[in-house]
Amino acid sequence: MTERAPPRVFLERQTYRRRRMLDAVRLLPIFGALLLAIPMMWPQRGPATGSQLAADGAEAGAFVPMSDAIAYVFIVWAGLIAVSALLGYLSGEATAADGAKDRKQGQDQG
Amino acid sequence: MASFNTLIFVCLGYVALLFIVAFAADRLAATGRATWLRSPLIYTLSLSIYCTAWTFYGAVGYAARSGLEFVTIYLGPTLVVIGWWWGLRKLVRIGRSQRVTSIADLISSRYGKSNVLAIGVTILAVIGVTPYISLQLQSITLSFAIFAEAENRGAAFNDSSSVFWVASGLAVFAILFGTRNLDANERHHGVVTAVAMEAVVKLIALLAVGIFVVWGLSGGVASTLDRIDASPIGEWQTHGGRWAAITFLAAAAFVCLPRMFQVMVVENDDERHLRTAAWAFPTYLLLMSLFVVPIAVVGLDLLPPGSNPDLFVLTLPLHEGRDGLAMLSFLGGFSSATSMVIVAAMALSTMVSNHIVMPIWLSYQGSGATVSGDVRHVVLLSRRLAIAAIMALGYFYYRLSGGGTALASIGLIAFAGIAQILPVLVGGLFWRGATRAGAVTGLTVGFVLWLYTLLLPGLGGGLIPETVMQSGPWGIEWLRPQALFGISGLDPIVHAVLWSMTLNAGTFCVVSLSSFPSPLERLQGAQFVNVFEHSAGPLGWTGSVAQSEDLMIMSQRILGPQQAQSLFQEEAERQGARGHLPEPTPTFVETLERELSGSVGAATAHAMVGQIIGGSSVSVEDLMAVADESAQLLEYSSRLEAQSAELSRTARQLREANEKLTQISVQKDAFLSQVSHELRTPMTSIRAFSEILRDSGGISAADQRRYTDVIHDEALRLTRLLDDLLDLSVLESGQVSLNLRDGNLEDVLDHSVSTAMAGYDSPMRIKRDRNSEKLHLHSDLDRLAQVFINLITNAQKYCDAADPELTISVRRLAGAMVIDFIDNGSGIPSEARSSVFEKFARVNTEKAGGAGLGLAICREIMQRLDGDVTYLGGHSGSAFRVILPGVSEIAAQ
Repeated sequence: MTERAPPRVFLERQTYRRRRMLDAVRLLPIFGALLLAIPMMWPQRGPATGSQLAADGAEAGAFVPMSDAIAYVFIVWAGLIAVSALLGYLSGEATAADGAKDRKQGQDQG
Repeated sequence: MASFNTLIFVCLGYVALLFIVAFAADRLAATGRATWLRSPLIYTLSLSIYCTAWTFYGAVGYAARSGLEFVTIYLGPTLVVIGWWWGLRKLVRIGRSQRVTSIADLISSRYGKSNVLAIGVTILAVIGVTPYISLQLQSITLSFAIFAEAENRGAAFNDSSSVFWVASGLAVFAILFGTRNLDANERHHGVVTAVAMEAVVKLIALLAVGIFVVWGLSGGVASTLDRIDASPIGEWQTHGGRWAAITFLAAAAFVCLPRMFQVMVVENDDERHLRTAAWAFPTYLLLMSLFVVPIAVVGLDLLPPGSNPDLFVLTLPLHEGRDGLAMLSFLGGFSSATSMVIVAAMALSTMVSNHIVMPIWLSYQGSGATVSGDVRHVVLLSRRLAIAAIMALGYFYYRLSGGGTALASIGLIAFAGIAQILPVLVGGLFWRGATRAGAVTGLTVGFVLWLYTLLLPGLGGGLIPETVMQSGPWGIEWLRPQALFGISGLDPIVHAVLWSMTLNAGTFCVVSLSSFPSPLERLQGAQFVNVFEHSAGPLGWTGSVAQSEDLMIMSQRILGPQQAQSLFQEEAERQGARGHLPEPTPTFVETLERELSGSVGAATAHAMVGQIIGGSSVSVEDLMAVADESAQLLEYSSRLEAQSAELSRTARQLREANEKLTQISVQKDAFLSQVSHELRTPMTSIRAFSEILRDSGGISAADQRRYTDVIHDEALRLTRLLDDLLDLSVLESGQVSLNLRDGNLEDVLDHSVSTAMAGYDSPMRIKRDRNSEKLHLHSDLDRLAQVFINLITNAQKYCDAADPELTISVRRLAGAMVIDFIDNGSGIPSEARSSVFEKFARVNTEKAGGAGLGLAICREIMQRLDGDVTYLGGHSGSAFRVILPGVSEIAAQ
């Protein structure tokens, strides 16, 4: 229908930055899931313990106190929120700035 | 101590406030002035119905039992919302562009508008959510009971009647504000605003209790942390499998829960709100869970052993004598419960009414979807009844279950049930190959496994006999509900999630791969998976040209490509636009709508144009219903076929014309060489004899005379040849002028025979039937005679019979006059027959007297006279037939 210019291979610096910002938005949940999976590897004692390694660690007294666990989880959580807010703000600025013109191309190459 | 009556009073006052807020918001939204109602903040706060009374009270209880595991319930949604670019954005876009009313509607319309799937998802949702609703009722009742106990009025407090009144009140609220308008795409601003307000109340309440516990009871952050480490839950004890499984479940439920879908997708005003919600909603969740562990630890520490940890949020302030704080905390829990129940009842009632009640009602009406007028009324009524029925279900479930189970466990079971929708949903959004059969199978397998491995064992009460739990049905160990396939030792939740989700997704994929989708499924699949290419962007991003393009595509399907293109072209020229797509100005849209309504009727045209201009793309079903796509395709392909047939016909004609031209060119060359040859022969003898006469001296007079005779004869022959050629060229070029006269055939034949026979020593015998020859003619008699003379002369010349004889017979045949000339010679050999009428064709070269132009001239003359001369096969001698058309009926008298 409309006459479409052939997609350009290289983008302007600004558009390039925005594209990478969207990549970061995409990667953030994966990164977050990895960080939040780390507690699964913490040593613990008691009947719930599955692996021999964990049991060894527990014997050595290397279990994780609840205050540390809370600190870790909530700091990771807050960090994710902060990064998400930052990316949301930046990508929102960028999108508002160059409007609908590049949007189509963005999807072609996005 | 706050009196129980005060509590009731505060409670009623709070509900009244909710009513006022919802009512005012609805009024404001109707006037269109309140833009803040559509702000990202309200959207984010409305998402917080994820935090129900289960969160408000239950999280503390959960933490008191299992430590930090409770936090997974909030980490799952956090990851989903942070990853909004992956999934939620697409979900919201599809919800808006397809005008989806519920999660059942979304699944059903993705898989070819399948009603079976819609009913399946609805039933799953009702089964999954009903216990959840009764959980909320229970929490409200329990909190009432706490206050009643505190006032030592336990005896007067009637448990079941209070549940009944709570359920009724919530139902009335949901009916009043959830079913005011019919179009699900019209947002329920009143309810959403009330929910947002409740979100603020519950957050403040929980934060207040938390701050009181940390700074009021424990003396700051550091000492609180010490206290935590010293408590029974002071050590990381969470099982890895449960940690992952519950995080996953919470994430899945966040997307699939009907009430979440309602606020997140259906009530969404602008998909850019997701950008804000991506950080604001996780922040809300973080704040909600920040003080959970401290409250649990302090509660375990201070309250007497055996008190219900699910109510620590309430009992701790009461225990410390902080009545105001307790009241606030009560309002927080009350808010969590009411907002969840109202939205869940609304969402479920939409599903039940749209997918179960309405189809049944319409089929009972018998007239199908053509009923008009009172349908709106029926829909609203069925939604109201559905809300009442769902609340009643929740109430009865509460009464039957006795309300004793721990709040958290039933919540997780409900999550696992709702999560069964996830594979079908994700597959539908991202995989075009997902089919209806696969979705139905996957959902069924997941649902049955969930029922068997989690819900029935979890409900207890002997729903599954102890023997089955221990050794499987019929003694088959592999089928034990909590140790399927012989894998025992897993946590029940992990076990159920593992098997139900794996087998659900597995069968969904396998059946999808091996089945074939219907056309509607494939079209819907393409629309869903490629939603960003099909639909218009969010508000403010929408390029107007994209709308024009959509309008163009739609008009082409309805008006036909040419008419639509010319319509758009004209408008573009009128607007002075550069391309061939005009701006969709109101006037143009009106014109277009009128144009379309000519084809599909005004109402449909309006709806279709409205959908595009309104920012949502055309649904395939609309188009299919209006302009049957397959019929169009057929028509198009038949048009293509016709065009290709015409092309091949033209090609064949061209090829024939080309062959003819080549032939003619060959003929022309042959003719030229013949002519020159014919001219050359007499010229040669004339030259030879004239040279003899000129150069040789003693020639006798007799010889001289003989030579001059030869020269004369040859000159005559040359003249005759040239005359013939001239004659032929005049005839062929069509410049001949016919001298039409009236006459009699007999006379013409008489003249011809006498002329032809003149000068022959032994003229052949001519047989004629003079009676049949008495026919009147209107023709060029001289030319006709020329033809006859030629034919008779030929017979005289070429007939090789010992006693030559020519029969001339005249007959009338089909209105034409037919004159046959048949001799008794050996005739013309069959291979030469086709060429006797060609120029310079001579059958017998030895006997050649003429130039071979005679018959060619005959045919030309007869064709000028609208007749013909042909060779007549089937006779022993040569036979020619002259056909004269349109002879007058009157025989010459």
